[in-house]
Amino acid sequence: MNTAIYSISGGLLIGLSAILAYTLFGKITGISGISFQAISKIKQFSITDKWPWVFLTGLVLGGFLTHQLLHIPTPELPSSPLWLVIISGSLVGIGSQIGSGCTSGHGICGIGRLSKRSITATLIFMLTGVIASETINFLGIL
Amino acid sequence: MKRLIQLLIGALFGSGLVLSGMTDPSNIRAFLSPFSGWNPQLMLVMASALAVVIPTFFLLKRKEKPLISGSFMSSHPSAIDKPLIIGASLFGLGWGLYGYCPGPAITALVYGQLDTLIFIIAMFFGMFAAKLLTALKY
Repeated sequence: MNTAIYSISGGLLIGLSAILAYTLFGKITGISGISFQAISKIKQFSITDKWPWVFLTGLVLGGFLTHQLLHIPTPELPSSPLWLVIISGSLVGIGSQIGSGCTSGHGICGIGRLSKRSITATLIFMLTGVIASETINFLGIL
Repeated sequence: MKRLIQLLIGALFGSGLVLSGMTDPSNIRAFLSPFSGWNPQLMLVMASALAVVIPTFFLLKRKEKPLISGSFMSSHPSAIDKPLIIGASLFGLGWGLYGYCPGPAITALVYGQLDTLIFIIAMFFGMFAAKLLTALKY
């Protein structure tokens, strides 16, 4: 599963999705933004633009079908303590909101148009990601 | 028809995340652990995605409107300001702690694990909390 071919074809599909969304509909495939829109729209009961929900449904469906059709085994999720899952999720939410983007929005779409802002954001979150991940390794939490 | 195409666009993204191994948190953790048995595979994912995105976005600069509907963003924020730096730092910390960013976490809902759901709920709480905080500030 961890072969280069899978990584490259996966990356190509992600890139293809990003360019189709933008070329056809002018939409940016930044998942943090899309999921926030999807949730805030429930609150406002405004369903004029169903794009966030349609895209997210496709995201899950595409993941499901890929596992089924290619017989890719389900990954075993780490048995992390609950507090770690909650802190991790909260930081991802807070950070993507304040920093206006996540791995897809800054890392793929932003760098895709060579935005210095997104290149900076991506370098920063990779750096702090390494700090967090290596700290967990060091402490032996996972 | 429009909705079907949008569903397909989402499905391509989800499929790419599964194929590239991004829905497995241990792959992300291994990528973010250069001093503990680094797995550089995710570089390939990003590089191949950018290999199609960069030239396409460059060519699209000449186009005025998307092919089906909507409009292109007229301007993008370009300032490298405090919110960007603080936000990206916090985002990275959260990403490296467990190994999920928003896309893979949502796609991983298909695995039916409670932890994934808890991660996503915490993520939404974080988003709304940050939104409230920034709204109060300005």
